[in-house]
Amino acid sequence: MPLKKLVTEKLKNNFNESILDVSDFRNDLSITVASNKILDIAKFLKEDPELEFVMCKDVTAIDWATRKNRFTVVYHVYSFKYNFTLRLKCNITDEPPKIDTVSLVWPSANWYERETYDMYGIVFINHPDLRRMYMPEGFQYHPLRKEFPVLGIPGSLPLPEKI
Amino acid sequence: MGLEAKLQQDGFITTTIDAIIAWARKSSVWPMPMGISCCAIEMIAAADPKYDLARFGSEVMRFTPRQCDLMIVAGTVTYKMAQVVRRIYDQMPEPKWVIAMGACTSSGGMYRSYSVVQGIDQFLPVDVYTAGCPPRPENLINAVMTIQQKISKTKARDFQDKPFAETVITNN
Repeated sequence: MPLKKLVTEKLKNNFNESILDVSDFRNDLSITVASNKILDIAKFLKEDPELEFVMCKDVTAIDWATRKNRFTVVYHVYSFKYNFTLRLKCNITDEPPKIDTVSLVWPSANWYERETYDMYGIVFINHPDLRRMYMPEGFQYHPLRKEFPVLGIPGSLPLPEKI
Repeated sequence: MGLEAKLQQDGFITTTIDAIIAWARKSSVWPMPMGISCCAIEMIAAADPKYDLARFGSEVMRFTPRQCDLMIVAGTVTYKMAQVVRRIYDQMPEPKWVIAMGACTSSGGMYRSYSVVQGIDQFLPVDVYTAGCPPRPENLINAVMTIQQKISKTKARDFQDKPFAETVITNN
């Protein structure tokens, strides 16, 4: 069975109603899953002996600005066994946005999720250390949200006093 | 025929204390290399034999602010880094000077962005701005020479009321 079909079939057999969309654009397999099932799906992808997606290469998010479910969290996971990268997407329905952490499955997701929290304000539930990654502690905003101005909000970041 | 010929006989010169102190200061400016990004590479090149900043007495890059007179801020200063730059500047003893090296440091440069300070003169007293992205070593040497001209015009008593490093360090 071709690899992409194997991955898709296995996920569909185990999480039928949670697999919302499968696309194979430009040879990138991308699977949209329900956000409340992400932890189970992550565990399955990692631990299934036929798949072994043992590495999480990236976690990031998309701000769709005007859509109803505004945020999509995107995961890239990798299987050394097949030299294959799978993209997972979760449309977040909660407001304020939140989703289960996958850092308990893939420890590398710890900092990726911190970055995503810093930039988009998406809360990762049960994350062991959800602090900001880039911006100073105490910063009020999330810079990669679409409503955030490119030059920032005057006075929101402290500077030392002028001499 | 050089200086040695003059030294054959006893001799003397007349000058002022201000002039001789200013001459000594400008001829031995010790830079604090605040290399934050790519400008630092050109700053290193300026100190190398090809460009040889030592010709102007400024080759002694000290990696502790407590031995420096001149801070060369070479690179993009983010809001987070601004606190650090200022803290290091505060530890330099008076008198001290600042070069804003390159476009990012002078004005934010191409980083017209929420995270980058749009010019370090918002929190430091800059003496010389250097254009370029990054500036060539000649340009940095020119900036050091401009600082030298500035120092040569100073008087020793200009600095007598300035505090020493220990008294100005603040916790912020």
